Amino acid sequence: MKIICCPVNGPRPLQEFRFGGEVRFMPDPGDSSDEQWADYVFNRSGEPGVKREWWYHIASGTWFVAERNTVTDEFVRTYLYEDQPADE
Amino acid sequence: MKINLLMNRRLPPQPNELIDRNQLVTFRFEGHALTGYYGDTLSSALYANGVRMMGRSFKYHRPRSIYSLAGHDANVIVEDVGGHRTNLRGDRLLIEPGLDVLAVNTSGSLARDRMRITECFSAMMPVGFYYKAFHTPRSLFPIYERMMRRAAGLGRINPNGVALNTPKDYGFCELLVIGAGPAGLCAAVGAAEQGVDVLLVDDQPRPGGSFNWQLMHGDAVEHRRKLLTDIRRHQNITVRLGTQAAGCYSDSWVALVDDQHLTKLRAQAVVFATGCYEQPAVFANNDLPGIMLASAAQRLIHLYAIKPFDRAVVLTANDDGYRSALDLSGAGVEVAAVLDLRSNPQPTELSARLVDSGVRLLLGHSIYEAEPTRGKQGVQRIVACPVDPEGHGDPSCATVIECDGVAVSVGWMPASGLVSQAGGGFRYAAEIEQLVPDSLPSNCFAAGRLNGVFDLPDQLADGTRTGQAAAAYLGKFSGEPGRPVDRNGPVFSHPYPIVVNGRKKSFVDLDEDLHLKDFINAHQEGYDSIELLKRYTTVGMGPSQGKLANMNAVRLLAKLTGRSIAQTGTTTSRPFHQPVALSHLAGRRFTPVRRTPLHAWHEESGAVWMHAGDWLRPDYYQINGQDRGDCILGEAENVRQNVGVIDVSTLGKVHVCGPDAAGFLERIYTGRYVGQAKGRLRYVLACDETGVIIEDGVAARLADEHFYVTTTSSGAGAFYQEMQRWQILWGMNVVLSNVTGQMVAMNIAGPRARQVLADLADIDISADAFGYLGVFQGTVAQVPAIVMRVGFAGELGYEIHVPASQGLYLWRKIMQAGGGHGIRPFGVEAQRLLRLEKGHLIVSQDTDALTTPYEANCSWAMGRDKSFYVGQRSLQILQNQSQERVLTGLCFDDGFAGSLPKESHLIFDGPQIVGRVTSIAPRTTLGYPIALAFVHPESNVAGEPVMIRVDDGSMIRATVTSPPFYDSENARQG
Repeated sequence: MKIICCPVNGPRPLQEFRFGGEVRFMPDPGDSSDEQWADYVFNRSGEPGVKREWWYHIASGTWFVAERNTVTDEFVRTYLYEDQPADE
Repeated sequence: MKINLLMNRRLPPQPNELIDRNQLVTFRFEGHALTGYYGDTLSSALYANGVRMMGRSFKYHRPRSIYSLAGHDANVIVEDVGGHRTNLRGDRLLIEPGLDVLAVNTSGSLARDRMRITECFSAMMPVGFYYKAFHTPRSLFPIYERMMRRAAGLGRINPNGVALNTPKDYGFCELLVIGAGPAGLCAAVGAAEQGVDVLLVDDQPRPGGSFNWQLMHGDAVEHRRKLLTDIRRHQNITVRLGTQAAGCYSDSWVALVDDQHLTKLRAQAVVFATGCYEQPAVFANNDLPGIMLASAAQRLIHLYAIKPFDRAVVLTANDDGYRSALDLSGAGVEVAAVLDLRSNPQPTELSARLVDSGVRLLLGHSIYEAEPTRGKQGVQRIVACPVDPEGHGDPSCATVIECDGVAVSVGWMPASGLVSQAGGGFRYAAEIEQLVPDSLPSNCFAAGRLNGVFDLPDQLADGTRTGQAAAAYLGKFSGEPGRPVDRNGPVFSHPYPIVVNGRKKSFVDLDEDLHLKDFINAHQEGYDSIELLKRYTTVGMGPSQGKLANMNAVRLLAKLTGRSIAQTGTTTSRPFHQPVALSHLAGRRFTPVRRTPLHAWHEESGAVWMHAGDWLRPDYYQINGQDRGDCILGEAENVRQNVGVIDVSTLGKVHVCGPDAAGFLERIYTGRYVGQAKGRLRYVLACDETGVIIEDGVAARLADEHFYVTTTSSGAGAFYQEMQRWQILWGMNVVLSNVTGQMVAMNIAGPRARQVLADLADIDISADAFGYLGVFQGTVAQVPAIVMRVGFAGELGYEIHVPASQGLYLWRKIMQAGGGHGIRPFGVEAQRLLRLEKGHLIVSQDTDALTTPYEANCSWAMGRDKSFYVGQRSLQILQNQSQERVLTGLCFDDGFAGSLPKESHLIFDGPQIVGRVTSIAPRTTLGYPIALAFVHPESNVAGEPVMIRVDDGSMIRATVTSPPFYDSENARQG
């Protein structure tokens, strides 16, 4: 079983977490065509690599962002959404 | 079965023997009483008694016997007579008094197995024959299926068996060392010397690995003694024997299995010193009892003090074979000849000793064929001949050698399964003709023979190096770990230990009875990739998971395709690498259930429970002499006529506070809240980004910056999480507090509800002061409460939220105060009926994963001219598209007596499906059945009939009715 490092609670087993999907940015609803909006709502990129994902630590109710390599299933780093590192 | 009980193959005591000669054990095999010593496995005890045939092979039912004596093959598999335990492996099963076992996969008995006839038809059963043969004619398939089911599988399961509870525990360690052989012992000591806490596990009953049965001469004895002393001496080495590391999972999570229990171990670092599996040679009749791996013969001699043969032939391609020939000689076995596949091997000390002893040595030779004894239960002689590197023998130069046993030592394959599962990769090192670890996760290390290091001094150095490297990884060693050992020593594995003999079966996979010809046929049919070949032939898919078959299959395929071994690749290894009993894996049944603080009261009052998500809720309250339908209808009628009370503590309850509270609700819900007055309630409806309804409830404005929001019972947890995420994403100045479990909520509904509450509440609850959709904070029976005027049931209703600790007290007070007004509790089912009569939908009952507010007639709840809410943009797009369905009501004739539709039954207009039923109530306070349903807008014409197909196929007529069915003027909620 994997270990995930919650930025608040430290390393905890996978069972305590819920996956919340990729971190995606919503286009301006007023400024996007129907096609652009439908693409945002329905399409997901399956491209392998390091992804930014939402994870939720259920026991403490903490949402955070994890950078995970979907090829090797390695967690590169985790941080709270508002603490996004400057290099991004 | 003929057993010569006078025959006793025991040798004088051996230095490392596992048996206790003072404890005789009597056991039964195939109905015969036999004796062995405590410490014997079933296989060794049978062999000591002169039993050669110990099992029948899977497909052809050929006699089989000891092959690896290490559980690496599946020749000896038994089940106990009671049928309580099946698929026990003879090589691992310790004999104990009372053990009474039978061989699996026999029809009749092991000796007179009726299924042995199958071999006569083997020519008609080429590889893949069942894919090709058993599909036409279709009508015969049931017969084929029965036949194949009988033939498939090995043991029998006793359906009346006793459930075994096997304990599980969790373990943690700094360094796990798997394998207590020479390299593993050195790794454990090397790490422990740096202060690392080490857990050393080995599946054998005693530490030492090959020290105990193979490396027993010269310096090895002293190394063994010293290492075994060291691991005892080090306080920070824990040793677990008889324990196999059965599987390796993410982040060094290892399953340790012993007879008693399963340990889920988390290791910070792992040293794999799992060694190698000795590999078979492929030649005609190479599966006869008496033909075994040289390591098995050495295990017989040294671990169990059993003389393996009387007159043996050793087939080898490395020094290990010479050592085993000397061991056989030492045990009193006449070594008739040593055949070396190599034509020009480098002389070594061992080969020189063998030549000096006068044993006949045939270089560049292999076995062309082994000839069985008359009962085919043993080997009588072998035909040796020179072979070329392509595996072609030359029978014209054959030498016939009489013998009763063959020891085979032609190569090794690393026990790589666990390393692969941990994420390690292997490459084929052509210089030693073996797979070696190529890439390892940063906290994993490989040592010893697994790492392609064979000479004892190299194994020891490699073990110490990995122990230090692991210590360095753990931050406990600052020195320089030794350099990896060069693998330029002698080659221990032969590149092609296969001899072609077109006339007789030469087995590649003993588990699955696959022989050389099967592979040649499969290749001819185009299965030229190892993964395809595996699935077509089933090589490596038997109980031993290809430990003795996969490497030869790869070598064969490489030869057949003309590719290199590296190009051919290997198959994927998955847990478990040794069989694990299901009882070790099965967990206790554990389903957490949430109970409201009023649970005990409901229980005492005859509640019949239903599961609602995690919660247990009263479905209805049982009244003696009434059936379920009577009880539910009675509860509902009492709400309509008098007053009822229901426990709604399961509703999600969230405080939303802060300057942005109203703005936040406007973004997550479809409606408007900025202008909502204090002390008022509004309905809330939430959609996801696609515009699909996901939640509803009410929002009570308690203060300018404070809302109290309820959600559905089933969606509470997930929706609260989404609220948290939105709050983070939008960076709004809002504090969310989920008080679902902290508050008890109860709903008093019915025309007399006001009278019940009037005596208890300290607030003015007159219709003028506290109208529909009002909210008050005050006290009820001295309990601080939030009281909301809601009307889910379609009657005058008050929903009272109080702290959980006060819930039962208030509930009792209400029951007391309502006594004179005919108050009765009502359950979930009565509430569903009441709201259905009122036409109120339940999210996820009357909506599905595609339902929009337009379809659910909830457009009224969508705020106009809002700048943003979740789902708004999608709903704008959907608004311009034609609607496919709409939620509407259906009525059935008064006094309808037939079988009513159920939820999800389809609605027809002629042959056309035009909708489905979402909720139905067979008995209502209205006197006739009603339903909610999705129908196509064209069929949604009030007063027009539609047809519904029910379970038995008949069509039921219903009339479309625009909901609500009850009190359409909302007169009763006032």
